[in-house]
Amino acid sequence: MATVEQDLATAGSNGSGPKKYKVIGTRPIRHDGVDKVTGRAQYGADIRLTGMLAGVVLRSPHAHAKILSIDVSKALALPGVRAVVTNADLSDPGDRMCELGEGAVNLRHLNHNIFAKDKALYRGHAIAAVAADNIHIAEQATKLIDVKYELLAPVVDVVAAMQPGAPLLHADVYTDDLGEKSAQPSNVARHFRFEQGDIAKGFAQAACIIEREFHTATVHQGYIEPQNATAFWSADGQITVWTSTQGSFSVRQQVAELVGAPISRVKVIPTEIGGGFGGKIRVYLEPVAAALSKKTGRPVQVLMSRADVFEGTGPTPGSFIKVKLGVDAHGMIVAGEASLAYEAGAYPGSPVGPGAMCIFSCYNVPNGRVDGYDVCVNKPQTSAYRAPGATNAAFAMETVVDEVCQQLDLDPLEFRRRNAAKEGVRRVDGPVYPKVGLVETIEACQRSEHWNTPLEGPNRGRGVASGFWFNCGLRSSCSATVNPDGTVALVEGSTDIGGSRTGIAMQLAETLGIAATDVVPTVGDTDSVGYTDVTGGSRVTFATGWAAYLAALDIQQQLCARAADEWDVPAEAVTYAEGGVNGPEGRRFSFAEIAAKVNAHGDPVVGRGSADPQHCGGAFATHIVDVEVDPELGKVKVLRYTAAQDVGTAIHPAYVEGQIQGGVVQGIGWGLNEEYFYDVKGVMRNSTFLDYRIPTCLDLPMIDALIVEVPNPGHPYGVRGVGEVPIVPPPAALANAIAQAIGIRMTQLPMSPPRIVHEILKKNV
Amino acid sequence: MHEFEYVAPRSLADAVAVLSRLNGQAKPLAGGTDLIDQMRMGRYQPGTVVDLKKIPELVRLELSSAGLRLGAAVPCRVINEHPAIASDYSALKDSTHIIGGIQIQNRASVGGNLCNSGPAADSSPSLIALGAVCVVTGPKGTRDVPVEQFCTGPGKNVLQPGELLVELKFPSPAANSGSAYERFIPRYEMDIAVVGVGASVTLDAAGETIISARIGLGAVGPTPIDATSAAALLVGKSATRETLELAAEAARGLATPIDDMRGTVEFRKHATGVLVRRVLETAIQRAKGLA
Ligand SMILES: Cc1cc2nc3c(=O)[nH]c(=O)nc-3n(C[C@H](O)[C@H](O)[C@H](O)COP(=O)(O)OP(=O)(O)OC[C@H]3O[C@@H](n4cnc5c(N)ncnc54)[C@H](O)[C@@H]3O)c2cc1C
Repeated sequence: MATVEQDLATAGSNGSGPKKYKVIGTRPIRHDGVDKVTGRAQYGADIRLTGMLAGVVLRSPHAHAKILSIDVSKALALPGVRAVVTNADLSDPGDRMCELGEGAVNLRHLNHNIFAKDKALYRGHAIAAVAADNIHIAEQATKLIDVKYELLAPVVDVVAAMQPGAPLLHADVYTDDLGEKSAQPSNVARHFRFEQGDIAKGFAQAACIIEREFHTATVHQGYIEPQNATAFWSADGQITVWTSTQGSFSVRQQVAELVGAPISRVKVIPTEIGGGFGGKIRVYLEPVAAALSKKTGRPVQVLMSRADVFEGTGPTPGSFIKVKLGVDAHGMIVAGEASLAYEAGAYPGSPVGPGAMCIFSCYNVPNGRVDGYDVCVNKPQTSAYRAPGATNAAFAMETVVDEVCQQLDLDPLEFRRRNAAKEGVRRVDGPVYPKVGLVETIEACQRSEHWNTPLEGPNRGRGVASGFWFNCGLRSSCSATVNPDGTVALVEGSTDIGGSRTGIAMQLAETLGIAATDVVPTVGDTDSVGYTDVTGGSRVTFATGWAAYLAALDIQQQLCARAADEWDVPAEAVTYAEGGVNGPEGRRFSFAEIAAKVNAHGDPVVGRGSADPQHCGGAFATHIVDVEVDPELGKVKVLRYTAAQDVGTAIHPAYVEGQIQGGVVQGIGWGLNEEYFYDVKGVMRNSTFLDYRIPTCLDLPMIDALIVEVPNPGHPYGVRGVGEVPIVPPPAALANAIAQAIGIRMTQLPMSPPRIVHEILKKNV
Repeated sequence: MHEFEYVAPRSLADAVAVLSRLNGQAKPLAGGTDLIDQMRMGRYQPGTVVDLKKIPELVRLELSSAGLRLGAAVPCRVINEHPAIASDYSALKDSTHIIGGIQIQNRASVGGNLCNSGPAADSSPSLIALGAVCVVTGPKGTRDVPVEQFCTGPGKNVLQPGELLVELKFPSPAANSGSAYERFIPRYEMDIAVVGVGASVTLDAAGETIISARIGLGAVGPTPIDATSAAALLVGKSATRETLELAAEAARGLATPIDDMRGTVEFRKHATGVLVRRVLETAIQRAKGLA
C-alpha cells in the first residue's frame, strides 16, 4: 500500500506556500498509465465478439443532392453480406430537442444525419450501411448499392449561404430573426442580438475606433482515434453498445431515441477514448451498428476511416466576423460592436451563441452590441470543439485590441489589465462576473521571464492574447467501496480523456486522507454507475470530482458510525480527521485499520456521491508567443510560447499543464495551417492527415504553462475547469506576433504560407 | 482491399516474363509505400503484385569511377548510410533523407518514387539535377531514357506494358561540383512538397565562375521540370546573388503550377524562385567544399 508521503514526494513545484493539501497538487502516476503505454488499454476498435460482423457505411459523393432512390438488392445478393440498413431502419423520433449535456440536438436532424432521408446535405453524408462477414466484402457491397441522385448546387461558404438566392438546404428552416419567423425559408436559422448601454454614445467618446472583418476556416477536432461502435441486439431486445464516447449516458439516450427502445434496454459500455475535444458527443455509428445487429442477430462493428472522420463527423465552424471597437483617450474601452456569422453545417445549431457571448467577455465593454447568425451550409453538421465558438471570436476581437494598442502606443498587456473583466463587470449578454482570475493571468504574464526577455532578431515578433470560456457544471455520479486492504474502489461515470479518473480519485483520496494510489478508479458503464453527463465543458474534474468528494464524506460518516459501534460510544462522539476515525480519550483507527474491519461484520461500506453543482466559475487565459516569419516564404516558426491560466486549484498539475499544452497546440494548428479545403463541387480535397495539417512535435516549441490559482469559491477544493480555454487565445496571439514580425495584419485563418506570401507580395508592389 | 496474387521472381527475365504475360493486370512492387496505400484506397486494383526486391539487378548499388549505378528497388536508408553518396551526389541524399521517416526509408526506393511519377516526388528534381539516366528493360530488350523524359504526366511515365525500371545511372561528379535539394512544406516534417528544387553546379578551378548547372523543379507542373533554360543563364557567370536571381526568375517562368490544397499558383511560382536561389547557394557552397 502506498502512503500519502509517497504522493508528497512526487509533488510538483507549484504552490510555494504552506501545503494546504496532502494529495491535491501532487503528481501521482495515472492509474491507467501502464495500460496506455504498453498498448494493452482497450479501445473501441479492439473489441472482438464471437460471430461479429463488419459494418461499412456508404456515404454521399455529392455535397448537395436529392436522393431519388436507393436500390440495395445487388448488395444483398453478394455472398457474405448479412444486412443492409438505411434511414428506413431508424425510428423517427419527430421534431424534438434532446439535451446532450454540452448543447442540445434536434432529434429529427440527428436521425437525418445518421442516414440521409430525402437529401444528401454534404459530401460524406451517410446513405446506407452494410454488415458482412468481413470488411472487404462489406466494402465491396457498398459499391453495389445503387443510389440515384439529382444533383443540386452546393453552398459551402457562410457569406455566400446568407445571400438571397443562395442554394437552399432545407425547405422547412426559417430564420428566427430576433424572435420573428421569416417569410421565406432560409439558410439562416437564427439571428439574435445582445445589447447593453448605448453604443452610439460610447463610440462618440472614442479617441480611436478600429473596425475589421475576419474569416476563419472550418477545422476539425483531429482526435487520433476515429469513431467506432460495436453493438449487439440480443434476442430479448437488450442492446449493448461499446463505443468511444465523451458521454455514455448521452449515447444511451440518443441510441434509444433513434432505434425506438426504452433507455433501460440500452447499455453503453465506454471504451478507452483516443481524444474527443467535443466531437464525440453526438452519435454517428452507434445506431447504425445497433440497426445492423437487430437485422442480423449478430454483433456488428463499424469503424470510421480518417476520411470518414473528416467528411462525416462534426468539425467546428468556419465563420465571418466583424468587430468595431472604440477606446477613449485614456485607453479605456468605451464601446464595442460585433457581428458573427457561423457555419452550422448541414443542420442548424452552430456554436455562434457562445461565440457571441465570448467575443467581449474578457473586457469591460460598457456599451456593446453583438449580433449572431447561425447559417446552414453543405458541410458536415458542426459539433463542439474545445470552447466551441470562442476561438473564432477571440481571433477577431484580440487582433482588433492589438491594433488599438498599436495605434495608441499602449502596452498590450497593460491595456488588457486595465480593461479586464473582473468581479462585478457585466457581460454584454447579461451575466455579472463573480470572482474571476483574468487580471491574475495578465499579471502572471507581466511578471513572466518570457515577457521580460527582449525578443531580438529580424522578422521576429511577439504577440499576446486573452481568452475566456464559461465551463459548466452538470450532473455526475460515483460510488466508492471500501476494501479491507485499506483501499477504495471508485466507480465514476465520466469517460476519461485527459487523466480525469486520477484527478477524481485524488479528490476522494484527499477527503479520506489516503494516498491517490490507494484509490482504484474505474469508468463505469451506464448500468453500473449513476447518471453522469458528458466529459465536456471542462466539467469533469470540477463536477465528478465533487461527486467523489461527496462519496468520500459518505464513507467518512459510515466509518464514524462503525467506529462508534466498535468503541461503544455515541456516533456524534466520533469524527473523521487526519485520515482516520477519532473517538473520545484519544481512541483512533487509521483508515486502513478501520477498513480492515469493515467486511468482518456489519454492513459493507459503500459511499455514494451525486452532484449537480452550479458555480463552475469561468476560466480565463492570457498567452504570449514569439514567432519568426520567413519573409520570402511566409512560413511561421513558433519560437516560444507561454500560457497563463487561472485554474482555480490544480488538482494534478501535470494534467493541468497537459490540458493547457494540448489546447495551445490545437490553437496553433487552427491558427497556422488547419482548414477544410473545398473544390467548386463542395468536395473536401484534404480529408487526410497529410493535407489537413495538424502540428507535429517538430512544429512546436515546449509550451510553458503558468498555472495561476485563484480558488473557485463554488467548489470544495476550489476547482475550475481547465480543458477548453487554452485553445482560445493562440490564433489571435499568433496573428499579433506576425503583425509585429513583418508588419502585416492577417485577418483570415489559417495564416498559411500562401496567404502570408500573398500579403507580402501585395505590400511590396 | 481486394484480393490479389503475390509473386516474387528471382531474375529480371522472370519478372519481365510475368509482367508481359499478365499484360497490364500486374503491378511491380518495390517498397510498396506508394502502391499498398493506393491499393487500399482502390486507386489500383492489380490482380497480381510482382515483388522486385528478389532481383539482384534491382537491389544493387555500385559506385565506381564510371559513376553510380543505383538499383531501382534499393531502399532510401541504404543510400542515406552511404558516405560517398552524401559527398558526391548530395542532392540525391538530400532527397532520400526526407522521404518519409525511418520506417518508410527502410522500404521506399528511388525507383518507386520515380515510377509512381507523382509531380511532387522528392527524388525527381535531384535525379534531373544529377543527370541520371533510366535503364528500362522489357520484352523488347533494354533501353536508356534520360530521367527528364521519364515522366509524362501525373502518375504516368514512358514504361510500356511488360517494362520495368532496372536501375538509374549517374555520371561521376565533375571536379568543383556540388548539388542540393530542398522542398517547401508548410510544416517542419511529415508533409509533401509544395515546391521542390534540385540543382547541381560545377565551378571553375578558382571557384568563381559557373561552368555548368542543372536545375530540376518538382510540384510545379504535371511532371518534374528540367529547367534547362534557367540553368543556362548561369553558365559563364560568376556565382553572385544577382546571377542566381536571374536563374530564379527564369525558373518562375517555367513553372506551370495549379491551385490546390497545398498551395496557390501565386505561391508556388514565387516559392520556386526563392528555392532555386537558395538551393543554388547550397550547391555552390558544396562545390567550394564549404558545406
Ligand atoms: C508515410 C509516408 C511518407 C512518405 N513521404 C514521402 C516524401 O516525403 N516524399 C516523397 O516523395 N514520397 C513520400 N512518400 C511516398 C513513397 O514513400 C515514395 O514515393 C517512395 O519512394 C516510393 O517507393 P517504393 O519503393 O515504396 O514504391 P512502390 O510503392 O513499391 O511503387 C511505387 C509505384 O512504382 C511502381 N514501381 C516500383 N518500382 C518499379 C520498377 N522498378 N519498375 C516499374 N515500376 C515500378 C509500382 O508499381 C508503383 O506503381 C511517403 C509515403 C508514406 C507512406
